[in-house]
Amino acid sequence: MAETPLIGDLGASPAGAALDGARIGVVTFPGTLDDRDAARAVRLAGGHAVPLWHADDTLAEVDAVVVPGGFSYGDYLRAGAISRFAPLMSRLTEAATAGTGAALPVLGICNGFQILTEAHLLPGSMIKNDHLKFRCADQVLRVENTSTAWTSQFTADELITVPLKNQDGQYVADEDTLARLEGEGRVVFRYVGANPNGSRHDIAGISNAGGNVVGLMPHPEHAVEAGYGSEDSTGMRNGTDGLTVFTSVLSSLAGSDAAGDSK
Amino acid sequence: MPRIVVEVMPKPEILDPQGKAIASALPHLGFEDFSAVRQGKRFELTVEGEVTDEALAQARRAAEEMLSNPVIEDVVDVRVEES
Repeated sequence: MAETPLIGDLGASPAGAALDGARIGVVTFPGTLDDRDAARAVRLAGGHAVPLWHADDTLAEVDAVVVPGGFSYGDYLRAGAISRFAPLMSRLTEAATAGTGAALPVLGICNGFQILTEAHLLPGSMIKNDHLKFRCADQVLRVENTSTAWTSQFTADELITVPLKNQDGQYVADEDTLARLEGEGRVVFRYVGANPNGSRHDIAGISNAGGNVVGLMPHPEHAVEAGYGSEDSTGMRNGTDGLTVFTSVLSSLAGSDAAGDSK
Repeated sequence: MPRIVVEVMPKPEILDPQGKAIASALPHLGFEDFSAVRQGKRFELTVEGEVTDEALAQARRAAEEMLSNPVIEDVVDVRVEES
């Protein structure tokens, strides 16, 4: 594989990648801070990262969108609450709720997950961690749904380790909503081991009914490259479990879930 | 200038981690009489001139659609306050 450009270069894509050409938008709001890592994850997975600005009125004909983590608008009012009203979010909501088959794949990570709940693309909400502390640690997750656009290349009940870093990561929803999520298999990622923030039902990530919109609190984009990822059995910071989230969407876009095991 | 005051509180069934932390800290300062604390938000919307019915209706809508998240919070009051 050709050398991957440095983090600052949003536009370049590795030459000769199998799925080169799939355009994955990465949204930047004022206060977003994981956009460059998300763009790099897209490139390492073989896609073409397209920077999107919150004030844009067009999605630039991207094939999927990542709403990355950070502290959009400083988390003023509530985490993700103000971002929801950005012009780009209207376009995103329209595209993500289009008829089945044409619906845009959207991934919200951490603050991006909070934005997607505020935009009503995903149910429930996030409140302050039950212990009130900012938590930063490697987190083990179980992948409970491998039929979404973003998890198709995981194996059922696969355990993965990716970094978690948040203060408002406690997922809450009313009992009816939780029962519906569980009943419809829409809990996509669940915390394994101690619950890091008090989330209901140990929920770390969920999807919409169509499976094209997924939100999760931990950060797969920080575990895509040996030497910089989470710690795992192969060594210090060697974990690259997060990369499969990004190869999954490229595979889903290519219409071939059997495109190959990326790991 | 008259103001419209909007008060938002976490729903009763939602655990309020901040309120709980405050409640557990109160006894350390000798405030022993309180068994629970809940922390909410107060918004003050300033109006130029009179508070019209239209302005009040807009404030109610802003309270429901933006100032609160109905999943976790209730709008407990929207009222006019003359300064």
